[in-house]
Amino acid sequence: MGDEANEQRVNINFYKTLKTMVSIKRLQEDGIDFIMVVGEIDASSSIELDLTIAKSVGEGHFKILIDCSALEYISSAGLGVFMSYIEECKDRDIKMVLFGMNEKVANTFSILGLNELLEIAKDKVEAKQMVNGI
Amino acid sequence: MQSQSYHRLAFFGLNSSMRSKAIIRLLFAVSAITWLSLALTDISIVLSSVSNIKTDIPVWLPGIILNLFIVTLFYYYKLKIERDEVLSFVDLLWKVFATGLVATVISLVLRLVENLLGNTSLPRNAAYQDFVYLINLGLMVSFLIMTFTVWKRLILYQKSKWLLRIWAVFEVGLLLSLIYNSLKLPLVDGVFWTLFIAFIILGLILSGNLKWVAYLNFKQKWTSLLLLLLTIFYLLYIVWTNSSSVQMVSELIPNASKDFTDYRIHVFILSLIVFVGIYSVFSFLVILFNLPTTSVFEQKLEEVVNFQRISQSIQTEQSEESVYNILLETSVSTVFADAGWLEITGDNPNIFAYRISDKEAHDIVHHLNANHVKGILDQGSDKTKNLSKHLASLKGSRYRSILAFPIYVKGVNIGTLALLKELPDSFTKEMTKIVSTFANQAGISIENFRLMEEALQNERYKEELKIAKTVQKSLLPQLLEKDNDFDITAFSESADAVGGDYYDTLRINDHLVSIIIADVSGKGTTAAFHMSQMKGIFHSLAQQDIDPSEFMKQANQALVYCLERGSFISATFFVINTQTKKVKYARAGHCPVLYYHAEKKSIDYFKDKGIALGMVRNKGYSNFIQTNEFEYRRGDVMVLYTDGITEAKDKKNEEFGYEKLLEVIREVTEASPKEMQDHLIKRLYEFSETENINDDYTTMIVKFK
Repeated sequence: MGDEANEQRVNINFYKTLKTMVSIKRLQEDGIDFIMVVGEIDASSSIELDLTIAKSVGEGHFKILIDCSALEYISSAGLGVFMSYIEECKDRDIKMVLFGMNEKVANTFSILGLNELLEIAKDKVEAKQMVNGI
Repeated sequence: MQSQSYHRLAFFGLNSSMRSKAIIRLLFAVSAITWLSLALTDISIVLSSVSNIKTDIPVWLPGIILNLFIVTLFYYYKLKIERDEVLSFVDLLWKVFATGLVATVISLVLRLVENLLGNTSLPRNAAYQDFVYLINLGLMVSFLIMTFTVWKRLILYQKSKWLLRIWAVFEVGLLLSLIYNSLKLPLVDGVFWTLFIAFIILGLILSGNLKWVAYLNFKQKWTSLLLLLLTIFYLLYIVWTNSSSVQMVSELIPNASKDFTDYRIHVFILSLIVFVGIYSVFSFLVILFNLPTTSVFEQKLEEVVNFQRISQSIQTEQSEESVYNILLETSVSTVFADAGWLEITGDNPNIFAYRISDKEAHDIVHHLNANHVKGILDQGSDKTKNLSKHLASLKGSRYRSILAFPIYVKGVNIGTLALLKELPDSFTKEMTKIVSTFANQAGISIENFRLMEEALQNERYKEELKIAKTVQKSLLPQLLEKDNDFDITAFSESADAVGGDYYDTLRINDHLVSIIIADVSGKGTTAAFHMSQMKGIFHSLAQQDIDPSEFMKQANQALVYCLERGSFISATFFVINTQTKKVKYARAGHCPVLYYHAEKKSIDYFKDKGIALGMVRNKGYSNFIQTNEFEYRRGDVMVLYTDGITEAKDKKNEEFGYEKLLEVIREVTEASPKEMQDHLIKRLYEFSETENINDDYTTMIVKFK
């Protein structure tokens, strides 16, 4: 029942985010939870990002890959979302890797120093290796 | 037309009402005088006729006076009754009844007097009999015209163009018949009967208009029946009295056919008697036959009123609760339910019960669920359902019929309305329809209510933002530290939503000055709140000569306990030593410093490491922060800024960016800090092509001397 409600909420969020220039999709592949972020993440759309990651973590995924190749912009609120999962991931031994971000977005991460706290990979292959601990 | 006349009425308000009152009194006086003169002339003619004396009074005069009497009375009642807007149907019938009563009582008194006089010669006196007859005639005419005027109002209650035309023909025809009558044309049977029959036919056609009956409620119908019955009785009695009276007079007078006023040849009076009689009987019968269906009509009317109540409740009620109460109340009363409840789910679950305990309601819900009655009283129910058959198996409950409705607000089911009856299968389709309309309307009302609440909340939020903005402004320093070794200038402008940009300076001693620039993530009051914390931290830690990375470590430690999840502060902290001409600084995730080397004429961003405050919430933070040091020369420029500048967007959604910032500063490296700042701001506005900035612009420019 609770899961159903969650699913519904995610679906609703998905449609809502279309309006705010962001869509977040999820799919599972080889025991890895892929989260694709397309568009811009600002203060309002960061809530959806937060919900999606929270759901993934809540479902008990230990390998989470976040595809940022279509992420065009991220505000401090969006960075705050990633930041807020750093400790939880460490505590619960969850591997969360971001990959494919463009130069501008990567710069935003590095200015704040988040590149030192988060696992960031160049591309999907590297990210998969990192998440599988190779 | 009508609105115009209303307008005039309103305009002359008092004046016209006073004038019409005066006219009514005058008309009454005139009618009294005409009756008196009618009596005088007629009696004197009768007297002379009996005594066989020729009189000077022409025999046609009383007839004309009678017609004058009729006309004045006609206008008297017209003014008195037609203009009175407040009279209800029953009031009108009551007036007719009262007039009839007065007329009958007077007539009865006359009869009593005659009986008392008994064998005296007076009752056999033609003049006395004529006098009695004329009184009765006056009473009858008054009663008839009065009733005629009232019937006119009732007939024209819901008027159409045709109805008005027929009525006009009828009324004008009747008045014209008075002229015909006054002329005392040789009585041609043909004309008389033609007119009489024409009036009867018109009267019959008009009597078909009884729409007002439908608007009487049950009690009013009974009252009307009684009043009409008595009116018919009075009419019969008065007509009978008059006919016997006229009979008696005509027997006493030798030349009866032309020497006194005989109403039997008066078309107007006869037509009126027939018309008034017909309409009274029609009304009586129609009301009588309408009695059984009255409750249905009343119920429909009540439904409309209830519907209005629900739809208007949003304007008058102060809470959602009252909308729920009205919904339950009106639904219960509309379908005559024995009990009912309204269960609201969601954030504030609540149950509104009517004549049923919560426990009993829960029992019923439980019973239905236990019987696997799908989609009832639960959130998945999207249709109105008549669930009567499922209740039959519930023991210990009196209720045998149940009707359930979901209530939707913006497509979300927020609750269920359930109505109960003790009799099995007692909810009809109509009831289902009307209550489902109520439920829908209540949903709309709740939605409107919430929208209004939201608007209010927004208003409050805006107010809060205003306060936050004032607080934020007041946190920024009015004056910056001055020094012989450098010039410093700062600029900060925030968007509508309050940001959390902060800068400040503090003198440690005569050769040490600390500077900070910070950016709190998030916006609004929380940002302003964190900014004030940052100011507190800066002012306490930067009092003494502190190593910048140590400053950041302590600041991080202090902030960990007050920054909520996902919030952080980026900052760069500098300590300028004018003695050694060295600057120590630590950058905690803030935008890199843009530095101009005057000697090398080069401009570049500092490359160093450091993560924002609040991102690492344990002692491990010291691993992520470092103190950097550089030596400054005369003419060097240090440009500090927040990401609002680099992230400023143009119309094509392109960012201002680090490259452009560097180029813009390069153009004015020789200028004073204030000029550089103005140049940068100007370029920024040119770039964004709008006066409305979408973020906070903050810069701080330090130029060394």
